[in-house]
Amino acid sequence: MNFIYPEYEIVRNHEKCTNCGICKKECANEAHGFMESASKMTCDDAKCVNCHRCSVLCPTKAIKIIKSGNTYKENTNWSNKTINEIQRQAESGGVLLSGMGNPENYPVYFDKILLNASQVTNPSIDPLREPMESKVHLGARPKKIERDTDGKIKSNLKPQMFLSMPVMFSAMSYGSISYNAHESLARAATELGVMYNTGEGGLHENFYKYGKNTIVQVASGRFGVHPTYLNSGSAIEIKMGQGGKPGIGGHLPGTKIVGDISATRMIPEGTDAISPAPHHDIYSIEDLCQLIYSLKEVTNYTKPVIVKIAAVHNVAAIASGIARSGADIIALDGFRGGTGAAPTRIRDNVGLPIELALACVDDRLRDEGIRNNVSIIAGGSIRSSADVVKAIALGADCVYIGSAALIALGCHLCRTCHAGNCNWGIATQIPELTKRLNPEVGYKRLVNLMTAWRNEIKEMMGGMGINAIESLKGNRLMLRGVGMNEKELEILGIKHAGE
Amino acid sequence: MVISAAQLGFRELNEKIKSTSEDACINDCYGQRFIACGASDKTITINGTPGNALGAYLDGALVQVNGNAQDAVGDTMNGGKIVIHGNVGDALGYSMRGGEIYVKGDAGYRTGIHMKQYKEIKPVIVIGGSVGSFLGEYLAGGIIIVLGLGAEDIPMGHFTGTGMHGGRIYIRTNAEVDSLLAENLLVTQVIAEEATPEELTEIESYISEFAALFGMGEAKLANDRFLLLRPNTNNPYKQLYTKI
Repeated sequence: MNFIYPEYEIVRNHEKCTNCGICKKECANEAHGFMESASKMTCDDAKCVNCHRCSVLCPTKAIKIIKSGNTYKENTNWSNKTINEIQRQAESGGVLLSGMGNPENYPVYFDKILLNASQVTNPSIDPLREPMESKVHLGARPKKIERDTDGKIKSNLKPQMFLSMPVMFSAMSYGSISYNAHESLARAATELGVMYNTGEGGLHENFYKYGKNTIVQVASGRFGVHPTYLNSGSAIEIKMGQGGKPGIGGHLPGTKIVGDISATRMIPEGTDAISPAPHHDIYSIEDLCQLIYSLKEVTNYTKPVIVKIAAVHNVAAIASGIARSGADIIALDGFRGGTGAAPTRIRDNVGLPIELALACVDDRLRDEGIRNNVSIIAGGSIRSSADVVKAIALGADCVYIGSAALIALGCHLCRTCHAGNCNWGIATQIPELTKRLNPEVGYKRLVNLMTAWRNEIKEMMGGMGINAIESLKGNRLMLRGVGMNEKELEILGIKHAGE
Repeated sequence: MVISAAQLGFRELNEKIKSTSEDACINDCYGQRFIACGASDKTITINGTPGNALGAYLDGALVQVNGNAQDAVGDTMNGGKIVIHGNVGDALGYSMRGGEIYVKGDAGYRTGIHMKQYKEIKPVIVIGGSVGSFLGEYLAGGIIIVLGLGAEDIPMGHFTGTGMHGGRIYIRTNAEVDSLLAENLLVTQVIAEEATPEELTEIESYISEFAALFGMGEAKLANDRFLLLRPNTNNPYKQLYTKI
């Protein structure tokens, strides 16, 4: 017996409903039905995940999903969610699973940071009529200028990634998301001149042609990793950790290892794809250095190597080690970063906000004089162009977006990716569902989003009198905090508003 | 092409090896890393002791070491063959997906972790002597054979096959499964049984190859008692989670 009352109610306006059955057809969770005897549509609230597919597609807008008013007796200590989770665990004995990023009520520092603008002196710049540089390049900077015997500058630049704007699509594997979602990301990255990231699932043979705009990932499971794959992208990312689930590995259930996913990961159909929590060949910075250099050797030192870590308590010391390990770029992933599936307790309780992690890593690397050894990519819930600008001013060279990109593709953040029944065709491998995401439409929506952000970034920079991302980088004087305590301001390295 | 590795750093040495399509013979090798990294279509012979990550991402080449090798040999190896006429260190064949590795002597800890296979591509590791703990952890495919030649005791360490969800491990030993379990050399999630003669036919050719490579004459090892380790499920985590 299930003790839980459904969290959401499907409210149908029968005056508007024409019994067209679209809701029934669209819902892979089978929350909608049709009662022949009464000749009307019915619903099962218990199956609804609140993904809004039915309400958005209903031609007469006859459906809305509302949070059930039927709650437990009010209790500030025992929330509905907590009680329901206990019921589910008491029933199943299982670990709770969740999808997407940490939704809990922790401070969002980006929302407590305000940007500066020029007034009177240092006039603001109008990006419509003046050039504004949004390009960035990522990789290690030369330590010194070297000249040959004729006095000409010798090129000693290590491999770099060149981007038209400081935003990339973060790692999401083929398997966790659909073929069409990957194609949308790859095509958008190509059109925009940025990068998308394969995640740990290998690279589908049809997508090698987007290699120039691809970051290929190597994680603990090493799925789909071979010399051709490593040489196909513009950079290689070693995934040590992920903000959505710091300290644990990944696990794509055998039910999702079908067809092309099996071929791309190079494992048999139906077998679980397990990425162990650690890399079993990496127990130290020296071991990490060894993996970095083996990747450089196999790609003849032509590609920058990114090391991605989850933001955790000792992130500054860890980043310092990575910056000395031969890595060209560090990707920091904050605790609100998304995931296709993570144990709920890990997702909701482990890690650090990206704003604090970014500020302390940037400080640490500057203090140690090694900031130019590496570029920094910040991820873990960058939600808007304002977050991008704030992250760069805090010290990032570039940001990663994952959830925002999926939302652009249609994700409504119902947070049930792990179920594999994504009605929007993103986090699913069911052919009837994946075909709902048309990559032709999807890639344009991503291009639109990024174009809009790029214009907004230029506008915000112009307002501050800054005409290049390079001048914004680590420029914390452009930031002020509101409603933060002294310790928070100290870690972020910014002043309070009014100071 | 004969290369003396004396006084060469790993980058210089590897550039020399990569610069030619000829076979390479490396003399005076003293711990240079990443030799034969990603190499295909050639034979690389090493006299001495190569450093870590020998043959990482190997893609078809034959690598022979007349001596011992160190850690991470054949890491993420894709194809080809590595033959070690000595012992190897830890993390041999990590995440290997294809090709064969033959070691005459012993291997260290964490051998063959997370090897995997796909259709006809199946990696194989044959260890002549003993292996350390954590052999074949997370094994997802392929074959690991431990011959225990010259071993005074059971030729395996603790927690063999933890997290195994594919592949097979053959260990030549007379030890009883119950005592291996009691001493934590084996774990319960692995099915361990004496291999039948039919099952042993799967490894006959690899044992013959081992014998031929290391000059053991006609090998009759396949008639000895082998334990065969198989996973008890290919979905080990399925039962761990709540329903959606």
